[in-house]
Amino acid sequence: MSTILTNVSKSYDSDKTVLNDVTAEIQTGEFFVIVGPSGCGKSTLLRMIAGLTSISEGEIHIDGQLVNDLPPKDRNLTMVFQSYALFPFLSVWDNVAFGLKARKSTSQSEIEERVNEALKMVNLEELKDRKPRELSGGQRQRVALARAVASDAKICLMDEPLSNLDAQLRIKMRQEIYALQRKLGLTLIYVTHDQVEAMTMADHIMVLHDSQVQQIGTPTEIYKHPANEFVASFFGVPPINLLPATKINDQTIKVNDDFEMSINQQVPESEFQVGIRPNELMLEKVDELTANATVKSVEFLGDEKIVYAKMAHNDLEIAAIVASDAEFKAYDTILVSATEKVLLFNHEGVNITQMEAVVNA
Amino acid sequence: MLKTSTTDVVPEKNVQAKQRHGFRLTAKDKYFASIFLGPSILILGLFVFYPMFKTLYISMFLTNTLGKTTVYVGFQNYAKLITSPDFISSMWVTFIYVLAVTVLTIALGLLLANLSSQKLPGISIFRTLYSVTMGVSVAVAAIFWLFIFNPSTGFFALLSNWLNLPVVNWLTSPTNAMWAVIITTVWMHLGFTFLILLGAIESVPSTLYEAADVEGASPRYQFFHITIPMISPTLFFVSTITIIDAFKSFGLIDLITKGGPTNATNMLVYRIYKDAFYSGNYAKSSAEAIILTVIIAFFTLLQFKFLEKKVNY
Amino acid sequence: MTQIDERAALKKFLNYLLLIVLAIIILAPFFIGIWTSFLPTMDIAKGNLFSTNISFDNYVAAFTKTPILRYLLNTLVISTITMIAQLIFCSMSAYAFVFLKFKYRKTIFTLFLITMMLPFEAEIIPNFATVKQMGLLDNYAVLIVPFLTSAFGTFMLRQSFMQTPIELKEASDIEGLNHFQFYWNIVLPYNKISMITLGAYSFLGSWNQYLWPMLTTFSNNSRMIQNGLKQLQSEETFNDWGMIQASAAIIVIPTIIVLFIGQHYFKSGMNEGAVK
Repeated sequence: MSTILTNVSKSYDSDKTVLNDVTAEIQTGEFFVIVGPSGCGKSTLLRMIAGLTSISEGEIHIDGQLVNDLPPKDRNLTMVFQSYALFPFLSVWDNVAFGLKARKSTSQSEIEERVNEALKMVNLEELKDRKPRELSGGQRQRVALARAVASDAKICLMDEPLSNLDAQLRIKMRQEIYALQRKLGLTLIYVTHDQVEAMTMADHIMVLHDSQVQQIGTPTEIYKHPANEFVASFFGVPPINLLPATKINDQTIKVNDDFEMSINQQVPESEFQVGIRPNELMLEKVDELTANATVKSVEFLGDEKIVYAKMAHNDLEIAAIVASDAEFKAYDTILVSATEKVLLFNHEGVNITQMEAVVNA
Repeated sequence: MLKTSTTDVVPEKNVQAKQRHGFRLTAKDKYFASIFLGPSILILGLFVFYPMFKTLYISMFLTNTLGKTTVYVGFQNYAKLITSPDFISSMWVTFIYVLAVTVLTIALGLLLANLSSQKLPGISIFRTLYSVTMGVSVAVAAIFWLFIFNPSTGFFALLSNWLNLPVVNWLTSPTNAMWAVIITTVWMHLGFTFLILLGAIESVPSTLYEAADVEGASPRYQFFHITIPMISPTLFFVSTITIIDAFKSFGLIDLITKGGPTNATNMLVYRIYKDAFYSGNYAKSSAEAIILTVIIAFFTLLQFKFLEKKVNY
Repeated sequence: MTQIDERAALKKFLNYLLLIVLAIIILAPFFIGIWTSFLPTMDIAKGNLFSTNISFDNYVAAFTKTPILRYLLNTLVISTITMIAQLIFCSMSAYAFVFLKFKYRKTIFTLFLITMMLPFEAEIIPNFATVKQMGLLDNYAVLIVPFLTSAFGTFMLRQSFMQTPIELKEASDIEGLNHFQFYWNIVLPYNKISMITLGAYSFLGSWNQYLWPMLTTFSNNSRMIQNGLKQLQSEETFNDWGMIQASAAIIVIPTIIVLFIGQHYFKSGMNEGAVK
């Protein structure tokens, strides 16, 4: 039951391209997250898999069958919408039973069994006679999940299912969806703009940006070996610091004319960008003469602090994570340096870091 | 047809909101209130409230041909009415007419609205064409259809001749005359009903249909299990409007059949008019008017009650 | 796959076929009416609907031999005045119900609601007596005065005015605007859409009047168009179908054109007024 996308493109009116040449394989039973900023085409891609939007070019195969011209109902999948798409005039129970009743191929007793089972799984048994408007946001979300669970489809598509919930509930539902997916062995294709959701749930992540696939990989691969500057800066809070750098010799580079650092790999170019995660930066309080940056603000997060500082050159700002007992305050003059765990990008933004170097480090 | 009838009701929504604007009671407000409300109260009092009581009053008397009340008879006028076969047949005719007009208008309006809610190239042309009868006034509709129904030169007669079918006497047979009035009324109301229902269908969130598509519901199933329940408040609203308008029908009847043949289309309002202004029987006419008022008030109240809830789910 | 394509194409074809057939049925009375308005009555009487003697003669006859222009003028004046009056008086009473606080506000509002349940058709006897006593018969005034205001219009505008943000009222209070200024400068412009909707309702309502003008007007000087058409059709020109159809066409064509232009607006306006 793997889902294979081959050179899939979508364009409206010939010149407006929404998706360009997307190729991917989604394995049976995996949690596959499509992530990207708004307008990157991720929802369009999901709707193309569902059959709600037509495919301009390329092919989509589900379980070995070409589905390009197959209507949604014949693709044997189910979908959870951002707005939940609950029928306001039906009870929770009837909402969950909607698809089973509509297909008319399931016996009454089986419908009852499956709907009750699904409601039990999402802890909604007690509320089965309520109408959607009598439910909280999280409960509505669960009804939508139950509808997907009750269906016998093995592929489930979710389009930003958590974006209408508050932050606390989002974490809870995230865990529930993950548990459900593992328990049922669903192939789950999940669209989100939230990098945290992608990181925490996915087996594989597809990063979309500007209608193009930027990278497909496991969360670790995406974080440790981002394909380019966009992927590197999309994941991680605060985002990675990107600074210009020049090569001094094989072991040393100079970052933003502010500090030199040694590096344990060959650098193929003389001018490039260096990406340093906030926790790989080191700060030290120094006097004005030796300083290469000034603290702008400090955010206290409990276990740690985030220090925002302005570098002496090029008007660039950096963010660094330091221990919460480190004492920095605004206008402090500091010396910024970095560990050797950095990423290097060429002038086109492509990652040119040598793999072994990072892995070994 | 757009009508400023007093019964086209908008739901009374959030009564609390009125309290939002509850300002301090001042002498100034009282002064402004009398200026702002005065004209309306005067007109409504003179031309709606006073005549209603007056009609009720007349209906309990006997009247002379000048309309002056003579002898108080209590509810005898009503008693006479409900035992008169003539009046009962009139009520019967009215009910059949209202029922047929409502069912046909809603069914056809729904068919048109559903068809033209599809996303097809050029669909907006059809939408415009279907709403055309909104621009037709009562006399124009009557003239267009009278020509079609005309037994000697009319379009239906010609059509029957071409097809070698017997010519139907649309306006001289009681049953057919009723159909003629019903067809014309439905045709006139169709544009308005269509537009209102189309608006309702279009406001159903598209994700509901997408979810149903994915779940495997056929278009037919979607129509009956999503569209109809979702637009049921609007369906109810247009139904009551159509019922109320049909009960008040006068123009088309006067123009097409004049209540005939043999009273086959002599509906309530036409009766009220004829009893008063033809026969000079003002008491009888007033009693009939009160019966009409009760019927209209009932359906208007139904609409109010229902719209207060606003939705049915 | 080709099978699916073929089925989809067939479905599309049947869809359009149905749409077209329905459009033809609905528009047939127009086509027949407007087509025959260009034919000589002699040909119509003989059943010769495919006659080629097309001309504007019927229109010329309608304009010169009948008072149809007078009827149109009467109706235009009466409908316009009724519309303006209803816009003024309905908005004023709606304003009072929303922005003014006074004794018996609730009671008076309930009375307005009750008014909406009382059909004008049931009150013609006393109303006829009233206007007769006032000496208004066969006069523009008799067709305007009873309809200077409307409970429905008041109710509709009240619903709309209640949506006016309270901050606007508070800001005007701080600026020192009195009720007239607030009503005229803020409330009316803010509720423009509802005002236009009510204007369309009341204009068309007056345009379509039939029973009341029939009872209260007897001469061409004040007769409205609907009753005028009946006059043409039933008396003077019996069986002159060509001219009758031309008169009907003269009345309906401008309305249809306006409707075509304003269709989008009408639709949204009506839905707002009706169901929201």
